[in-house]
Amino acid sequence: MIGIENIVFLLVAAVGIGLFVWQIRKIRKNVLMGRDTDLADNPSERLNKMLLVAFGQQKMFKRPLPAVLHLFVYVGFLVINIEVLEILIDGIFGTHRILGFAGILYSGLMAVNEILAALVIIACAIFLWRRNVTHVPRLANGVEMRAWPKLDANLILITEIVLMLALFAFNISDLKLAELRGTHIAGAFPISSMFVNALGSDPDTLHIIGRVGWWFHILGILAFMNYLPSSKHFHIIMAFPNVYYSKLLPKGKFTTNAAITNEIKAMLDPSYQPPAPEVDAEGNPVIQRFGAKDVEDLTWKQLMDSYTCTECGRCTSVCPANITGKLLSPRKIVMDTRDRMEEKGEHPAIFKPNHYKEMGVERVEVTEEKTLLRGYITPEELWACTSCNACVEACPVNIDQLSTIMDLRRYLVLEESAAPASLNAMFTNIENNGAPWAFPASDRFNWADELYVPSKN
Amino acid sequence: MEENKRLVKVPTMAQMAANGEEPEILFWVGCAGAFDDRYKRVTRAFVQILEHVGVKYAVLGTEESCTGDPAKRAGNEFLFQMQALTNIEVLNAYNVKKIVTACPHCFNTIKNEYPDLGGNYEVIHHSTFLQQLINEGKVHVKGGEAFKGKRITYHDSCYLGRANDIYEAPRDVLAALDADLVEMKRSRANGLCCGAGGAQMFKEPEPGKKDVNIERTEEALATLGDGNGVIATACPFCMVMMNDGVKNKEQEESVKVFDIAELIAQAEGLSK
Repeated sequence: MIGIENIVFLLVAAVGIGLFVWQIRKIRKNVLMGRDTDLADNPSERLNKMLLVAFGQQKMFKRPLPAVLHLFVYVGFLVINIEVLEILIDGIFGTHRILGFAGILYSGLMAVNEILAALVIIACAIFLWRRNVTHVPRLANGVEMRAWPKLDANLILITEIVLMLALFAFNISDLKLAELRGTHIAGAFPISSMFVNALGSDPDTLHIIGRVGWWFHILGILAFMNYLPSSKHFHIIMAFPNVYYSKLLPKGKFTTNAAITNEIKAMLDPSYQPPAPEVDAEGNPVIQRFGAKDVEDLTWKQLMDSYTCTECGRCTSVCPANITGKLLSPRKIVMDTRDRMEEKGEHPAIFKPNHYKEMGVERVEVTEEKTLLRGYITPEELWACTSCNACVEACPVNIDQLSTIMDLRRYLVLEESAAPASLNAMFTNIENNGAPWAFPASDRFNWADELYVPSKN
Repeated sequence: MEENKRLVKVPTMAQMAANGEEPEILFWVGCAGAFDDRYKRVTRAFVQILEHVGVKYAVLGTEESCTGDPAKRAGNEFLFQMQALTNIEVLNAYNVKKIVTACPHCFNTIKNEYPDLGGNYEVIHHSTFLQQLINEGKVHVKGGEAFKGKRITYHDSCYLGRANDIYEAPRDVLAALDADLVEMKRSRANGLCCGAGGAQMFKEPEPGKKDVNIERTEEALATLGDGNGVIATACPFCMVMMNDGVKNKEQEESVKVFDIAELIAQAEGLSK
């Protein structure tokens, strides 16, 4: 049964999978540009969170309509992949519907697949409508939503619809051919059976349509897989590790820089012996930058965040600064981090940051500096943040936009002393009188003067 | 009236230590509670409640200093740690175990960020503390101003809410007033910031279309509807921002901004 078609298939599948692995290695290398951070603690709590937030889509349901539509596409993707497994086996060994032996189970699976495929088409059509006709603001607006992110989203949605249509073409032709032969094929096909005559009744044409549908579906999946690393659609993979490694501590707890603690302790107590500085492979001490100027100053988790971003804009749509017209958009911070990472490090097969470097909006006055700070993200954006955690709360895949904003701010203040003048005045007040305002410390207890309470009889 | 009230002598940790005593709780006043004229009234209301229920408490008085929160949020980790390490030294010297504060920023910093630097305490925000007093029956919420039927909307503080998942305690406290509690559309985890967090309190906002506190005040006023109402807060920065917002909208005659401690003190007949 194994013929030339099967050998061609095997080669194509091997190339497709090989290319995907090659791209994943590039992305891994990029993510590992980041600073080390230990997130191996509490595996059971992390697993639980991953099951709830990534697998269970918990945070999506803050917005019910897109959540339900997204659920169709998500469940469709998971379940239809079982059929893709069959397609792979059939393709390699020249079998036809190899899992058909499962009988009623197979019929159930095929029926569910068909219904899900139809729901995926409906959901994707509505998503296209929301993006291109009703222009849902968070999907349509924002300086970061340039040509490529918009094209990317539409490409994915159209591809998904076409892939589902190919699946139906394959099933319909299979059904009609069986009908013409007067036989039955394994499986139940509630949707295809409604359209069984849609493709005519010429056996040769049907056979060709069936093969084309089959080939198109599997080639489409291999191509799609290799498109993922260049796309926001990469979240279908990255959501799981990213949620697993998300912050388990209260959102209000920001990181503490231990190197600074050692410096201050040595200042306060001359007898304090700070630990030896970290050394690199050649034994030279590592010069540590305070805060983040470029992508390698962020942690690998912060870089992983940017590969997980689906550009859905939930963060930006709840950001108080963005709502009131400030330049800050948390989504832009995350997307800029990814662009800069791929400019500095590796880029996958399709994606090149300069595909969409053009800003189109003059308000973001970036400089020519080849760094994340200023080259992509401006101080004006960073200083608009109220650190309210609304973006972090809104993100369905637990991206921590705020941590990146804070690390960039730290660099501005600690390495460049480039805080706005009013904040420098606040720092001076704290240093001099132990309060952010210019009141003498000796007045701190004056509030207690002349305070009365009703006496109890 | 004179014979019905007594002067409060607020005890300090230094006095307690001199007498060989340790208080049950340290009341961390915070810079706003000590210096901001409006928030000093909240500090005084909270002390009136502490005196009224007879909790053994003390304050640091002039030994207190900024927790370092605004410095940290503004990116000045160095100054933050200087403040934190100095404060921790004072707190540990007095063997402090339990801290109550009316400021969510102080609360978050001491509770979450001091442990890394050697400061380990049980830290309670005054909303949770008041909730406990009400649940234990120590505060009855009667004898003073009646709030029955009055419209109150609670504005969530980011550093209490999203930062530390405290959403119900302040609402439980307000529920004890038997008032007409109304929720803004953006509340709890979806609450909108007042605009002062992240050291914004100490700088001019970046260029934009609108100030964040105006956006939030408009939402609060729309929620309260026509007529009188109260915007309840549990954070000194939120209080400043909401007060400014109400004034900007020229609604200060009909809509008042109160901290939850002030409302409890009023209902209990402690402050007139």
